[in-house]
Amino acid sequence: MLNHLPILQVIVPLLAAPACLLLNKPRLSWLFACFAAVISLLISGALLYQVQQSGVISYMLGGWDAPWGIEYRIDLLSAYVLLIVSAIGTVVLLAANTSIRQEIDEDKQSVFYVLYLLCMAGLLGIVATGDIFNVFVFLEISSLATYALVAFGRDRRALLAAYQYLILGTIGATFLLLGIGLLYSLTGTLNMQDLAERLPVASESATVYTAFAFMIVGVCLKLALFPLHLWLPNTYTYAPSIVTAFLAATATKVAIYLLIRLYFSVFGADFSALPIQPIFIGLGLVSVFVASTVAIKQPNIKRLFAYSSVAQIGYMIIGIGIGSSLGLQATLLHLFNHALMKGALFLALAAVVYRIGSAERSGFNGLAKQMPWTMAAIVVAGLSLIGVPLTVGFVSKWYLVLASFQSGLWPVALLIVIGSLLSIYYVWALVESAYFGKAAMPSNVSSSSAANLSPIKEAPLSLLIPIWILVLANVYFGIDTRLPLEASATAANFLMGGGS
Amino acid sequence: MSLSAEILIQTIILLPLLAAVGVMLTHRHPNIREAISLIIATSVFILVYLLYQQVISGQTAMVNWITLLPGLTISFKTEALSVLFALIASFLWIVTTLYAIGYMRSHEEQNQTRFYAFFAISISAVMAIAFSENLFTLFIFYEVLTLATYPLVTHAGTDKAQRGGRTYLRILLGTSIVFFLPALIGTWALAGNLSFTVGGVFADNTSPLLLAILLVMFVFGIGKAAMMPFHRWLPAAMVAPTPVSALLHAVAVVKAGVFTLIKTLVYIFGLDNVSALVTTDFLLYLTAFTILASSLIAMGQDNLKARLAYSTISQLAYISLGVLLATEAGLIGSSMHIAMHAFGKITLFFCAGAILVASHKTEISQMAGLGRKMPITMIAFFIGSLSIIGLPPTGGSWSKYYLLLGTLETQHWILMMVLMVSSLLNIAYLLPIPIRGFFPGKAAPKSANSSTSIEEAPLAALIAIMITSLGCVLLFFFPQSLFELAKMVGVTP
Repeated sequence: MLNHLPILQVIVPLLAAPACLLLNKPRLSWLFACFAAVISLLISGALLYQVQQSGVISYMLGGWDAPWGIEYRIDLLSAYVLLIVSAIGTVVLLAANTSIRQEIDEDKQSVFYVLYLLCMAGLLGIVATGDIFNVFVFLEISSLATYALVAFGRDRRALLAAYQYLILGTIGATFLLLGIGLLYSLTGTLNMQDLAERLPVASESATVYTAFAFMIVGVCLKLALFPLHLWLPNTYTYAPSIVTAFLAATATKVAIYLLIRLYFSVFGADFSALPIQPIFIGLGLVSVFVASTVAIKQPNIKRLFAYSSVAQIGYMIIGIGIGSSLGLQATLLHLFNHALMKGALFLALAAVVYRIGSAERSGFNGLAKQMPWTMAAIVVAGLSLIGVPLTVGFVSKWYLVLASFQSGLWPVALLIVIGSLLSIYYVWALVESAYFGKAAMPSNVSSSSAANLSPIKEAPLSLLIPIWILVLANVYFGIDTRLPLEASATAANFLMGGGS
Repeated sequence: MSLSAEILIQTIILLPLLAAVGVMLTHRHPNIREAISLIIATSVFILVYLLYQQVISGQTAMVNWITLLPGLTISFKTEALSVLFALIASFLWIVTTLYAIGYMRSHEEQNQTRFYAFFAISISAVMAIAFSENLFTLFIFYEVLTLATYPLVTHAGTDKAQRGGRTYLRILLGTSIVFFLPALIGTWALAGNLSFTVGGVFADNTSPLLLAILLVMFVFGIGKAAMMPFHRWLPAAMVAPTPVSALLHAVAVVKAGVFTLIKTLVYIFGLDNVSALVTTDFLLYLTAFTILASSLIAMGQDNLKARLAYSTISQLAYISLGVLLATEAGLIGSSMHIAMHAFGKITLFFCAGAILVASHKTEISQMAGLGRKMPITMIAFFIGSLSIIGLPPTGGSWSKYYLLLGTLETQHWILMMVLMVSSLLNIAYLLPIPIRGFFPGKAAPKSANSSTSIEEAPLAALIAIMITSLGCVLLFFFPQSLFELAKMVGVTP
């Protein structure tokens, strides 16, 4: 049983999905989906433990040996990302029942859980597999599920957003497929480990460069690197809140994982046909500044944090662009940390939407009185986003700046910290309106009588508990940093050492 | 004396947090709530005093909490300057709590529980700053202090309070993120060590140019020291209730700023290095400019609290100047001025608050003739002013003397002139207030008409005012123990 864990990681949610469809009762489906998610969380925990104890796990699907059969390959990096995806996926799913009941028609709710599990299975599959065509397959599974999930949004614009995402996502996936095809024609293998060995032999021909360019651009589209981010704000804004929380915390993270995997493991970090590192740093910085600036003025808070996600992805790309082991570690740390922050923030927004029906900025005025716990969660997660000490955001910022110093990139370090100032603006504007803003109702005159009239109450516990799990994780891993630090450091060293 | 120093340090940091919890639990019973604040404030002071006795007898102690990042721990250690800072802050916390009880009640402020709770959290952060063993720990609690004081600054919740709070956060968080944090990480990248070490942490072969840049980044980054051009948060913070302005923005927060500056210069750079760097002169003249400019601005302020805020900026620059001089006298002057200015300025703020509560007056021009109605307050204001100016028989004269000595030793004649001129300016913007309070001259009839029911502030507030003004005088006659402590700074580990 234990040596089948790599495939179980993917199979459990994949098979649980049709089972949910059979149950066809929203509440039952939810419970069952939660059960499957918890199992896959346990599996990913066990996998991480195994990898830390005994090194890379290689699992041959169906017993066929590597270059011919499909290999599932779990190294520390994959185990680490698997844990992030399944942990956030589970916590978000715990909150889903309450929020979905309100945001989606009853007859569609079971289907929602089916798609959710499919999406999760796809994301886990991308990370677990060692076969590059398999990556494409899982990418499509997760993407198709995502398009449908986004289209569930109550706002009619959700359909347009889903369509937009469908077009762009398909272009990205096609690019990836083109790259895979070129590589296959050149090397005759699809196994990533095998590819990495054969590519240097296949001489740095124009075909390899073309494949490289196609694949990197395709993946960057999926991870919403500026200027390929245009699908993201709409998608995050109009998707159901739960879907936004799930996507923000996992989908882009997996895309970043894929970038790291392709760039470091398959092509090797010294694959220097293009000045890719300065390009990454440059685009990353532009993302940070443009997206943060745009975020400040957004009237819709979901869209605000969507732009903030684009900015945070910029930081991760900068870390990759720095090109040192420390820079990569910073990226990996931020992968983990950003998943925690955005998971908490978007879940808290889901609670707000649950109570007041929208995420418009005007709705937040004075909301701290009515929803103190939700707003406190937004404050703490927001502080983490800014990078205040004792939260996870500080840890990733520390490493990113330290990495740029050690690589002699002083101006980059300076730009990073200036960029993070912008996050103070957009987070604090929200905090101010929540705590000092005057609510639309005349409740500020006589608070006791208004409290009876006011229909807005604190979010239900079924939402608050998952929110606060993530918020506390933001603080816990900001103080006890061992788990992400050790895993990311070893993974980064492994990639830099083994990938070159 | 049976308590070990390790336990003492941790208790001193954690007790205020306990006070915050206690205050929140007893929010329905104001009397118990305030009794808890007072009792814990008193016990913290007693504990700091016990620690002081151990430090003065040459003992040191160190506590490691956790390793946050590899090589970077949250640790605490006793040291002369730490104890000095902690003694002042904890003593004035008692007095301020006493004052706050009178002030907040008679002013009928809202959300008093939140006020006392965040006040206690701020004090906890201040204590953690004071006893930090390394710059990393200090930085963390420096940020915590910024955030914990934000709800106090915006306590009133009005538009003006929001605007003030915004400026407060923007400048304090901004400087610390843009300058302090990179400087910290740069130091870590260069030296590989952030522990406060006698003589500094940098290797001898470190490029002086890099050090010079780092020095500037630290001085600008430590925004709480209110060096121009990053001083605007301090006047903005004056929208807070007076007890906050008094303890936090005249003592705890701003002193945490200059304390950080002294610690960094003495124990990270080493004073010998500081005097050799090319940017030191630039920074010295910047402090001189801050001293004069803020004194001049203070003269033009009619709002009493705003005038006091600019006066604070100027006095903080004195402290920065003293340590940037990088001589023993300058350092002693700076260390002592932390204490002297604390007592002087808190007295002045207490008086400003007392005037506000008793007469609802905030503008200096309305205060003529007030001395007849509030004699104790005005006398205390006079004593506090003397201490800020540096005239005997008040404590401020000692620290100013050492600061002047520092400029003489290093033959910075211009700086010496600046200090002299600034003292004159201090006289010009502070003394007229009590003098006109007693001798209103032509303005008298106007004020007599306005109201006849003005009397002294509430008793609790009045007692606090008398304690601090008495402190100003006592520090003149008995400065020895403070001097001993100041002399140990930078010498013993």
